[in-house]
Amino acid sequence: MPTMTYLQAISDAMREEMRADERVFVMGEDIGVFGGAFKVTDGFIEEFGEARVMDTPLAESGIVGTAIGAAVEGLRPIAEMQFSDFISCGFDQLVNVAGKMYYRQGLSVNITVRLPSGGGFSGGPFHSQNPEAWFMHSPGLKVVAPSTAEDAKGLLIKAIRDPNPVVYMEHKHLYRRVKGDVPEGSYETDFSARVAREGTDLVVIAYGAMVHTALEATADIDGASVEVLDLRSLVPLDVDAILASARKCSKVVIVDEANQMCAAGAQVAAVIAEHAWEDLDGPVVRVATPDVPIPFSPTLEQAVLPQVDDVREAVRELLEY
Amino acid sequence: MATETARSESDVPDSVSEHLTLEDRTGLLRAMLAMRGIEERAMMLYRQGKVPGSFYDGFGQEAVSAGPTWAMHGHDRLCILHRDLAAHLIRGVSPARILGQYMGREGGITGGRDGNVHFGERRVGCVGMVSMLPDMMLVATGLAMAFKMRDEKRAALTWFGDGSTSRGDFHEAMNWAGVQKLPVVFILENNQYAYSTPTASQFAVDPVERAAAYGFPGFSVDGNDVEAMFEATRQARERAIAGEGPTLIEAVTMRMHGHAAHDDMKYVPAEQIEEWKRKDPIDRQVKRLEPLGVDVAALRAEVKAEIDAAAEEALAMPMPDGDTATERLFADEPALLEDGASRWSGF
Repeated sequence: MPTMTYLQAISDAMREEMRADERVFVMGEDIGVFGGAFKVTDGFIEEFGEARVMDTPLAESGIVGTAIGAAVEGLRPIAEMQFSDFISCGFDQLVNVAGKMYYRQGLSVNITVRLPSGGGFSGGPFHSQNPEAWFMHSPGLKVVAPSTAEDAKGLLIKAIRDPNPVVYMEHKHLYRRVKGDVPEGSYETDFSARVAREGTDLVVIAYGAMVHTALEATADIDGASVEVLDLRSLVPLDVDAILASARKCSKVVIVDEANQMCAAGAQVAAVIAEHAWEDLDGPVVRVATPDVPIPFSPTLEQAVLPQVDDVREAVRELLEY
Repeated sequence: MATETARSESDVPDSVSEHLTLEDRTGLLRAMLAMRGIEERAMMLYRQGKVPGSFYDGFGQEAVSAGPTWAMHGHDRLCILHRDLAAHLIRGVSPARILGQYMGREGGITGGRDGNVHFGERRVGCVGMVSMLPDMMLVATGLAMAFKMRDEKRAALTWFGDGSTSRGDFHEAMNWAGVQKLPVVFILENNQYAYSTPTASQFAVDPVERAAAYGFPGFSVDGNDVEAMFEATRQARERAIAGEGPTLIEAVTMRMHGHAAHDDMKYVPAEQIEEWKRKDPIDRQVKRLEPLGVDVAALRAEVKAEIDAAAEEALAMPMPDGDTATERLFADEPALLEDGASRWSGF
């Protein structure tokens, strides 16, 4: 089984699907000749040609809107936002047109919107956001967020084949930092959670880059047995897996890299409060980015994004509760 | 041709298209009569409290949807706006399902999931609008993009209003379609008012002139002349499927009723309404066809009987079961656009 970076796994998923299915194509800003701002589609234009590796005008609403049109006519576009932050300019098309189309009219919108998200490298307020909760709050969109190379490929293939609009959160800080064994060929990863590490004393629930922060923070923590649950999918949210971990461990820390208010973790906390209250041995604890824009300077950015030490401290406190 | 007919007011040219048979021309009149009749019936149902929400109509604008739709092939695609009911009828949607739609019934096009004219029947190749105008310009551009990518001789068409030209999606769609030279027909339904805002507060330059800035032609057409609208669209479609790119057609018309049923339209000068009453698109088509021996009275009776039956059928449709409101949010299988009717004798 080949070893790939998270970024290579994303590329591999698109290559596999484009080779197998001529309906699949990629579109976005600077993704063709230049190969994408992060080089995710490097070499694609040589293999698939400019019609299927489409350099678009600088128009995010246009990218999402035309992708919708192509999809309802039977194509399977993969639309890249250069940065997840820019989806704010395509928000209306995604939320109002794509998200509501099937519910209203029975017309399915088979689009995948790739959102390179997250901070940690001085991207500043417009290149570091984690906007997934906007879309969790918008009925009709699925939202997935892989943390490993293997899942990056499998979730993307599943997203491309899904007849519904799927928002695919790919964390920029994982692109080259995370490597792993990735199966060759085509495979789908279910839109469900995954236990990243088994444990019994406490569970840390996270997704995307924060899975790695959680694993590192709890690798050796006073001999405690700490489970890490990787959500992988935010819509649908794997409520059964969340409740199973919460009931087994009785103590829960939830980590979001997104701003805290109404983040994915807030929904997870609500689900646990509603359905696993009797099984808890302490309050649900959240670690998240405070509700400020992501600042540029490294000292400021590190002060707001959840760090390994922040998670470790939260876990320690809850273990002692 | 199109520009020349733009400002004609009182005169009714015999036919503005050599491409229309008498049957086509009668079909156009029938579609406009059906649109007006269904909307008048729906307004009655609204006043009787049977139409929830509000009610929007296209009274006086029937030619703007009838003419262009007649010019489109069944395998072409339409993104339809809220004053374009004739488009749905010509594509093959039944009046009963439309009236059921207004009343939020299970048998309406959206099964009660969306209201009034927010619908498109995918089985006849139509995508329904959303309230954010002109979002569908981009969707139509995307449909055209698919046709071009697959090297198909098909075209997409969408309508949008004068107010829509102020929003960014208008620019993004016009620019995108121009850059990629896509087979799309943009119909600007200039009915002089966006809700209460007159065009003078909407744009400094007639938007039809903007087409040139995006690299394709724009024509101003008499939007109350159904045959002129047909002919302009026929030519635009020819251009589209010949690979010559998009066309902007400005249909100059007038919104004769308020924005919606609640709107008394007192912001519109009475003389403006009077002036446009004389240009009624149905009257004009009747004046053309009666001398040719078309039995318009019989046509009206036939349409009325059809609407009576449709209303009866729609009123018998049950309301949707509240328990189903959370169902069918996601598709299990692809459900895509299918072809509608090809009406024009030239196909």
